[in-house]
Amino acid sequence: MSKQRKPTLDRRKVVAAILKQRGDALVVAGLGAACFDVMACGDNPLNFYTWGAMGGTAMIGLGLALAQPKRRVLVITGDGDMLMAMGSFATIGAKQPRNLAIVVMDNEHYGETGMQQTHTQLGTEFAGVAKATSFRAAETIYTEAQLKAWLPRIIKEPGPVFAGVKVAINRGEFILPPRDGTELKLRFQQALQR
Amino acid sequence: MPPTTPPLHWSDAVMDVFHAQKIRQVAYVPDTGLKRLIERVRADKNMQAVPLTTEEEGVALAVGACLGGERTALLVQSSGAGNCINMLGMITECRVPLLMLVTMRGTWAEFNPWQIPMAEATAPVLAAIGCVVKKLDNAEQVGPTVSAACQLAFNTNRPVAVLMDQRVVGTKEFK
Repeated sequence: MSKQRKPTLDRRKVVAAILKQRGDALVVAGLGAACFDVMACGDNPLNFYTWGAMGGTAMIGLGLALAQPKRRVLVITGDGDMLMAMGSFATIGAKQPRNLAIVVMDNEHYGETGMQQTHTQLGTEFAGVAKATSFRAAETIYTEAQLKAWLPRIIKEPGPVFAGVKVAINRGEFILPPRDGTELKLRFQQALQR
Repeated sequence: MPPTTPPLHWSDAVMDVFHAQKIRQVAYVPDTGLKRLIERVRADKNMQAVPLTTEEEGVALAVGACLGGERTALLVQSSGAGNCINMLGMITECRVPLLMLVTMRGTWAEFNPWQIPMAEATAPVLAAIGCVVKKLDNAEQVGPTVSAACQLAFNTNRPVAVLMDQRVVGTKEFK
């Protein structure tokens, strides 16, 4: 295994840059730091935050994308969650949702459990998996210039689109989203009907 | 002689319920007993057939579908029901409706001993995570039972599993 580049991007700035351009996109946020990043950009009833169900975020995105084909669906999650969803790459690749983009904030660590290294530090590159499962576009993003070039693709390009953004392990302060699952579901559904 | 109407396969009764109850996303991991139902779902242009690599994907799919206003059914074999348990915790916490049709292995004249442990565990573990469990061992009751389970799930926002015995779906023969 070749020596990997060190992840350096600031996760809060990356998520803020994506969400600034979200328009009317629907957002599904993965448990832990990705949820806090999304919440730090301002709460929105069209954000669905998960506090458990690890490994499920990408598939929540697929179900939502199939149900709302005219809306962009952005899944923003972490590398630990996505490693539990390796099969979901294949399922999403099989369904080819044009409106779905998956963005992984990949800091190569399990941030909520003591910063143990994840498999993305040990030889796995998600973008390669995404390409091999027929995503229409996939990239590993290390630099701000790359991110800038990729933002329109995340927001608009026909999906499934995958971006693995290599972010530093330091994170911002805890900004916690609402936790009650039923409340999160109801407010999302009501906002979508408006 | 006038042509006789072929007997209704239980899968056709399930499809009638899916249509009546406006089930739109049908996720599945294949099972021999589910073959005809999966084929009918895949052939239905008004449904999204979603092949899964593992069963819990379908549970998470149902949450996204529900957020987007669509109804989901999940078709799995009993051995796959165990894979769904933690993900079903999200269904319970978020009060997401889900219809699960679980074709049982290991309940009737089973040949494969590896099917027995999960067969015995299916109903208790599903119940333990908050799923309403209905057992079905008579092919004539498929339509009414699945219809009732569906109404329970979507009228009251909870997961309902129908466990379909091998006496309904057939016993796999190794020959």
